[in-house]
Amino acid sequence: MNSGRCSACRYLRRRCPPDCIFSPYFPSNNPQRFVSIHRIYGASNVAKLLQQLPTHLRAEAADSLYFEAQCRVEDPVYGCVGLIFLLQQQLHNAESQLAKTQAEIAVLKSQAQHPQTQQVEAEPEFNNFLQQQLDNAADLNFSNQGSSGFM
Amino acid sequence: MGGNSPCASCKLLRRRCAKDCIFAPYFPSDDPHKFAIVHKVFGASNVSKMLQELPVQQRADAVSSLVYEANARVRDPVYGCVGAISYLQNQVSQLQMQLAVAQAEILCIQVQQEPMAPTPQLDQDDKSFLLHNNVGLPHHHQYLNLANSSSNVIQDSLKRESIFGDMVS
Repeated sequence: MNSGRCSACRYLRRRCPPDCIFSPYFPSNNPQRFVSIHRIYGASNVAKLLQQLPTHLRAEAADSLYFEAQCRVEDPVYGCVGLIFLLQQQLHNAESQLAKTQAEIAVLKSQAQHPQTQQVEAEPEFNNFLQQQLDNAADLNFSNQGSSGFM
Repeated sequence: MGGNSPCASCKLLRRRCAKDCIFAPYFPSDDPHKFAIVHKVFGASNVSKMLQELPVQQRADAVSSLVYEANARVRDPVYGCVGAISYLQNQVSQLQMQLAVAQAEILCIQVQQEPMAPTPQLDQDDKSFLLHNNVGLPHHHQYLNLANSSSNVIQDSLKRESIFGDMVS
Protein backbone atom coordinates (compact mmCIF):
# COMPACT_ATOMS: atom_id res chain seq x y z
CA MET A 1 0.00 0.00 0.00
CA ASN A 2 2.84 2.37 0.84
CA SER A 3 5.09 1.24 -1.99
CA GLY A 4 4.93 2.95 -5.38
CA ARG A 5 3.88 6.34 -4.07
CA CYS A 6 4.63 9.36 -6.24
CA SER A 7 7.03 11.94 -4.82
CA ALA A 8 4.14 14.27 -3.96
CA CYS A 9 2.34 11.72 -1.81
CA ARG A 10 5.62 10.68 -0.24
CA TYR A 11 6.31 14.29 0.67
CA LEU A 12 2.76 14.79 1.94
CA ARG A 13 2.94 11.47 3.80
CA ARG A 14 -0.26 10.16 2.43
CA ARG A 15 -1.55 7.25 0.46
CA CYS A 16 -1.08 7.60 -3.29
CA PRO A 17 -4.42 6.71 -4.88
CA PRO A 18 -4.61 5.15 -8.36
CA ASP A 19 -6.05 8.41 -9.73
CA CYS A 20 -3.58 10.67 -7.93
CA ILE A 21 -3.45 14.00 -9.76
CA PHE A 22 0.26 14.39 -9.05
CA SER A 23 1.69 10.99 -9.84
CA PRO A 24 2.08 11.27 -13.64
CA TYR A 25 4.09 14.48 -13.22
CA PHE A 26 5.93 13.92 -9.97
CA PRO A 27 7.54 10.50 -10.19
CA SER A 28 9.18 9.05 -7.11
CA ASN A 29 12.64 9.23 -8.69
CA ASN A 30 12.65 13.04 -8.63
CA PRO A 31 11.62 14.22 -5.17
CA GLN A 32 13.13 17.70 -5.56
CA ARG A 33 10.61 18.57 -8.24
CA PHE A 34 7.67 18.47 -5.85
CA VAL A 35 9.59 20.05 -3.00
CA SER A 36 10.17 23.26 -5.02
CA ILE A 37 6.60 23.39 -6.26
CA HIS A 38 5.17 22.77 -2.83
CA ARG A 39 7.36 25.46 -1.32
CA ILE A 40 6.18 28.15 -3.74
CA TYR A 41 2.63 27.15 -4.69
CA GLY A 42 1.48 24.62 -2.14
CA ALA A 43 0.02 21.22 -2.89
CA SER A 44 -3.65 22.21 -3.04
CA ASN A 45 -3.05 25.12 -5.43
CA VAL A 46 -1.09 22.89 -7.78
CA ALA A 47 -3.74 20.17 -7.59
CA LYS A 48 -6.47 22.72 -8.36
CA LEU A 49 -4.53 24.13 -11.26
CA LEU A 50 -3.85 20.74 -12.79
CA GLN A 51 -7.43 19.58 -12.29
CA GLN A 52 -8.73 22.56 -14.22
CA LEU A 53 -6.67 21.62 -17.26
CA PRO A 54 -7.35 18.95 -19.87
CA THR A 55 -5.17 15.89 -19.24
CA HIS A 56 -3.01 16.33 -22.33
CA LEU A 57 -1.84 19.77 -21.13
CA ARG A 58 -1.01 18.87 -17.56
CA ALA A 59 2.53 17.68 -18.18
CA GLU A 60 3.51 20.98 -19.75
CA ALA A 61 1.79 22.88 -16.96
CA ALA A 62 3.69 20.86 -14.33
CA ASP A 63 6.96 21.57 -16.13
CA SER A 64 6.32 25.29 -16.35
CA LEU A 65 5.25 25.44 -12.70
CA TYR A 66 8.46 23.68 -11.73
CA PHE A 67 10.52 26.08 -13.84
CA GLU A 68 8.89 29.10 -12.21
CA ALA A 69 9.18 27.59 -8.74
CA GLN A 70 12.90 26.94 -9.27
CA CYS A 71 13.41 30.50 -10.51
CA ARG A 72 11.65 31.79 -7.40
CA VAL A 73 13.76 29.60 -5.12
CA GLU A 74 16.93 30.94 -6.74
CA ASP A 75 15.74 34.55 -6.83
CA PRO A 76 13.18 35.08 -4.06
CA VAL A 77 12.63 38.73 -5.02
CA TYR A 78 12.06 38.55 -8.78
CA GLY A 79 11.71 34.85 -9.62
CA CYS A 80 11.38 34.23 -13.35
CA VAL A 81 10.31 37.84 -13.88
CA GLY A 82 13.99 38.74 -13.48
CA LEU A 83 14.72 36.56 -16.48
CA ILE A 84 11.96 38.29 -18.45
CA PHE A 85 13.48 41.70 -17.71
CA LEU A 86 16.90 40.50 -18.82
CA LEU A 87 15.48 39.08 -22.06
CA GLN A 88 13.62 42.34 -22.72
CA GLN A 89 16.91 44.16 -22.28
CA GLN A 90 18.65 41.76 -24.67
CA LEU A 91 15.83 42.28 -27.15
CA HIS A 92 16.15 46.05 -26.89
CA ASN A 93 19.93 45.87 -27.38
CA ALA A 94 19.60 43.57 -30.37
CA GLU A 95 16.98 45.88 -31.94
CA SER A 96 19.26 48.92 -31.42
CA GLN A 97 22.22 47.15 -32.93
CA LEU A 98 20.19 45.95 -35.89
CA ALA A 99 18.83 49.42 -36.56
CA LYS A 100 22.36 50.87 -36.37
CA THR A 101 23.70 48.23 -38.72
CA GLN A 102 20.88 48.79 -41.19
CA ALA A 103 21.57 52.53 -41.09
CA GLU A 104 25.22 51.83 -41.82
CA ILE A 105 24.18 49.68 -44.79
CA ALA A 106 22.01 52.52 -46.09
CA VAL A 107 24.91 54.92 -45.80
CA LEU A 108 27.37 52.56 -47.47
CA LYS A 109 24.94 51.90 -50.31
CA SER A 110 24.44 55.61 -50.73
CA GLN A 111 28.20 56.05 -50.83
CA ALA A 112 28.49 53.35 -53.47
CA GLN A 113 25.88 55.11 -55.62
CA HIS A 114 27.52 58.51 -55.28
CA PRO A 115 31.27 57.80 -55.26
CA GLN A 116 32.17 61.50 -55.49
CA THR A 117 30.92 61.95 -51.92
CA GLN A 118 33.31 59.39 -50.44
CA GLN A 119 35.76 62.03 -49.27
CA VAL A 120 33.73 62.81 -46.22
CA GLU A 121 36.06 65.49 -44.87
CA ALA A 122 35.40 67.55 -47.96
CA GLU A 123 31.62 67.03 -47.74
CA PRO A 124 30.27 68.29 -44.44
CA GLU A 125 26.64 67.75 -45.54
CA PHE A 126 27.26 64.08 -46.17
CA ASN A 127 29.11 63.76 -42.87
CA ASN A 128 26.09 65.23 -41.09
CA PHE A 129 23.80 62.82 -42.94
CA LEU A 130 25.92 59.87 -41.79
CA GLN A 131 25.94 61.06 -38.20
CA GLN A 132 22.19 61.64 -38.29
CA GLN A 133 21.53 58.10 -39.56
CA LEU A 134 23.60 56.65 -36.74
CA ASP A 135 22.04 58.96 -34.12
CA ASN A 136 18.52 58.06 -35.28
CA ALA A 137 19.32 54.39 -34.94
CA ALA A 138 20.67 54.86 -31.41
CA ASP A 139 17.67 56.95 -30.32
CA LEU A 140 15.01 54.49 -31.38
CA ASN A 141 12.38 54.03 -28.69
CA PHE A 142 11.00 50.57 -28.01
CA SER A 143 7.59 50.85 -26.55
CA ASN A 144 7.56 47.45 -25.00
CA GLN A 145 10.71 47.93 -22.95
CA GLY A 146 9.96 47.40 -19.24
CA SER A 147 6.26 46.87 -19.79
CA SER A 148 4.19 43.76 -19.95
CA GLY A 149 2.89 44.59 -23.38
CA PHE A 150 3.68 41.16 -24.76
CA MET A 151 1.40 39.44 -22.21
CA MET B 1 -7.24 48.39 17.33
CA GLY B 2 -9.63 48.26 14.38
CA GLY B 3 -9.40 51.99 13.63
CA ASN B 4 -8.03 51.73 10.10
CA SER B 5 -9.78 49.88 7.34
CA PRO B 6 -8.40 46.36 6.78
CA CYS B 7 -6.01 45.78 3.89
CA ALA B 8 -7.22 43.87 0.84
CA SER B 9 -5.68 40.66 2.14
CA CYS B 10 -7.37 40.74 5.52
CA LYS B 11 -10.65 41.69 3.86
CA LEU B 12 -10.46 38.66 1.59
CA LEU B 13 -9.28 36.37 4.39
CA ARG B 14 -11.91 37.85 6.71
CA ARG B 15 -9.60 38.47 9.57
CA ARG B 16 -8.51 41.34 11.74
CA CYS B 17 -5.88 43.51 10.08
CA ALA B 18 -3.16 43.89 12.67
CA LYS B 19 -0.96 46.96 12.83
CA ASP B 20 2.03 44.89 11.75
CA CYS B 21 0.11 42.96 9.08
CA ILE B 22 2.70 41.74 6.60
CA PHE B 23 0.38 42.26 3.64
CA ALA B 24 -0.94 45.72 4.45
CA PRO B 25 1.87 47.83 2.93
CA TYR B 26 1.61 46.02 -0.41
CA PHE B 27 -2.07 45.17 -0.76
CA PRO B 28 -4.09 48.32 -0.09
CA SER B 29 -7.84 47.98 0.30
CA ASP B 30 -8.53 49.94 -2.89
CA ASP B 31 -7.11 47.16 -5.08
CA PRO B 32 -8.72 43.90 -4.02
CA HIS B 33 -7.94 42.17 -7.32
CA LYS B 34 -4.20 42.34 -6.69
CA PHE B 35 -4.32 40.15 -3.59
CA ALA B 36 -7.08 37.96 -4.97
CA ILE B 37 -4.97 36.87 -7.91
CA VAL B 38 -1.85 36.27 -5.84
CA HIS B 39 -3.86 34.28 -3.33
CA LYS B 40 -5.42 32.23 -6.11
CA VAL B 41 -2.08 31.19 -7.59
CA PHE B 42 0.30 31.10 -4.62
CA GLY B 43 -1.92 31.07 -1.55
CA ALA B 44 -1.88 33.63 1.25
CA SER B 45 0.27 31.57 3.62
CA ASN B 46 2.94 30.95 0.96
CA VAL B 47 3.03 34.64 0.10
CA SER B 48 3.30 35.52 3.78
CA LYS B 49 6.18 33.06 4.22
CA MET B 50 7.98 34.39 1.16
CA LEU B 51 7.67 37.98 2.35
CA GLN B 52 8.78 37.13 5.86
CA GLU B 53 11.97 35.62 4.48
CA LEU B 54 12.89 38.83 2.70
CA PRO B 55 14.32 42.07 4.07
CA VAL B 56 11.65 44.79 4.19
CA GLN B 57 13.21 46.88 1.42
CA GLN B 58 12.87 43.99 -1.06
CA ARG B 59 9.28 43.09 -0.31
CA ALA B 60 7.62 45.62 -2.61
CA ASP B 61 9.53 44.28 -5.62
CA ALA B 62 8.80 40.73 -4.59
CA VAL B 63 5.07 41.50 -4.42
CA SER B 64 5.19 43.15 -7.86
CA SER B 65 6.86 40.12 -9.40
CA LEU B 66 4.45 37.73 -7.68
CA VAL B 67 1.50 39.72 -9.01
CA TYR B 68 3.06 39.66 -12.48
CA GLU B 69 3.56 35.89 -12.34
CA ALA B 70 0.09 35.29 -10.96
CA ASN B 71 -1.48 37.36 -13.74
CA ALA B 72 0.53 35.45 -16.32
CA ARG B 73 -0.57 32.13 -14.86
CA VAL B 74 -4.23 33.11 -14.83
CA ARG B 75 -4.06 34.27 -18.46
CA ASP B 76 -2.15 31.18 -19.53
CA PRO B 77 -2.76 28.35 -17.07
CA VAL B 78 -0.50 25.96 -18.99
CA TYR B 79 2.64 28.04 -19.49
CA GLY B 80 2.28 31.15 -17.32
CA CYS B 81 5.39 33.35 -17.49
CA VAL B 82 7.31 30.64 -19.27
CA GLY B 83 5.24 31.41 -22.38
CA ALA B 84 6.56 34.95 -22.33
CA ILE B 85 10.12 33.72 -21.75
CA SER B 86 9.84 31.39 -24.74
CA TYR B 87 8.46 34.19 -26.91
CA LEU B 88 11.23 36.62 -25.92
CA GLN B 89 13.91 34.00 -26.43
CA ASN B 90 12.65 33.42 -29.97
CA GLN B 91 12.54 37.15 -30.68
CA VAL B 92 16.11 37.62 -29.46
CA SER B 93 17.32 34.67 -31.56
CA GLN B 94 15.62 36.00 -34.67
CA LEU B 95 17.05 39.48 -34.20
CA GLN B 96 20.52 38.07 -33.66
CA MET B 97 20.13 36.16 -36.93
CA GLN B 98 19.05 39.30 -38.75
CA LEU B 99 21.98 41.16 -37.22
CA ALA B 100 24.42 38.51 -38.46
CA VAL B 101 22.95 38.79 -41.97
CA ALA B 102 23.16 42.59 -41.88
CA GLN B 103 26.77 42.49 -40.69
CA ALA B 104 27.62 40.06 -43.49
CA GLU B 105 26.01 42.46 -45.93
CA ILE B 106 28.22 45.29 -44.68
CA LEU B 107 31.30 43.16 -45.26
CA CYS B 108 30.13 42.39 -48.77
CA ILE B 109 29.52 46.05 -49.54
CA GLN B 110 32.92 47.01 -48.18
CA VAL B 111 34.59 44.32 -50.27
CA GLN B 112 32.61 45.50 -53.30
CA GLN B 113 33.95 48.96 -52.82
CA GLU B 114 37.53 47.68 -52.99
CA PRO B 115 38.60 48.33 -56.60
CA MET B 116 40.68 45.12 -57.08
CA ALA B 117 38.57 42.57 -55.19
CA PRO B 118 35.89 40.33 -56.73
CA THR B 119 32.30 41.27 -56.02
CA PRO B 120 30.46 38.75 -53.87
CA GLN B 121 26.88 39.72 -53.17
CA LEU B 122 24.21 38.65 -50.79
CA ASP B 123 21.06 38.38 -52.80
CA GLN B 124 17.57 37.90 -51.46
CA ASP B 125 17.80 34.10 -51.68
CA ASP B 126 21.04 34.04 -49.68
CA LYS B 127 19.52 36.21 -47.00
CA SER B 128 16.44 34.04 -46.93
CA PHE B 129 18.55 30.91 -46.62
CA LEU B 130 20.57 32.34 -43.73
CA LEU B 131 17.48 33.46 -41.93
CA HIS B 132 15.55 30.24 -42.21
CA ASN B 133 18.15 27.52 -42.08
CA ASN B 134 20.97 28.54 -39.81
CA VAL B 135 19.55 28.06 -36.35
CA GLY B 136 16.87 25.58 -35.37
CA LEU B 137 14.41 27.86 -33.64
CA PRO B 138 11.97 25.99 -31.48
CA HIS B 139 8.57 25.64 -33.06
CA HIS B 140 6.83 25.00 -29.77
CA HIS B 141 7.50 25.55 -26.15
CA GLN B 142 10.40 23.53 -24.84
CA TYR B 143 11.74 23.55 -21.36
CA LEU B 144 15.07 23.55 -19.64
CA ASN B 145 16.12 20.09 -18.62
CA LEU B 146 15.29 20.28 -14.95
CA ALA B 147 16.07 16.68 -14.10
CA ASN B 148 19.23 17.85 -12.36
CA SER B 149 17.76 19.55 -9.34
CA SER B 150 20.98 21.31 -8.37
CA SER B 151 21.23 23.23 -11.66
CA ASN B 152 20.98 26.99 -11.42
CA VAL B 153 18.04 27.70 -13.66
CA ILE B 154 18.47 31.42 -14.16
CA GLN B 155 22.27 31.35 -14.77
CA ASP B 156 21.94 28.42 -17.16
CA SER B 157 19.13 30.19 -18.99
CA LEU B 158 21.29 33.20 -19.67
CA LYS B 159 24.39 31.23 -20.67
CA ARG B 160 22.71 28.85 -23.08
CA GLU B 161 21.90 29.83 -26.65
CA SER B 162 18.40 28.61 -26.02
CA ILE B 163 17.10 28.20 -22.50
CA PHE B 164 14.96 25.26 -23.44
CA GLY B 165 16.40 21.85 -23.83
CA ASP B 166 14.50 18.63 -24.32
CA MET B 167 11.51 18.30 -22.09
CA VAL B 168 11.89 15.65 -19.47
CA SER B 169 8.59 14.27 -18.41
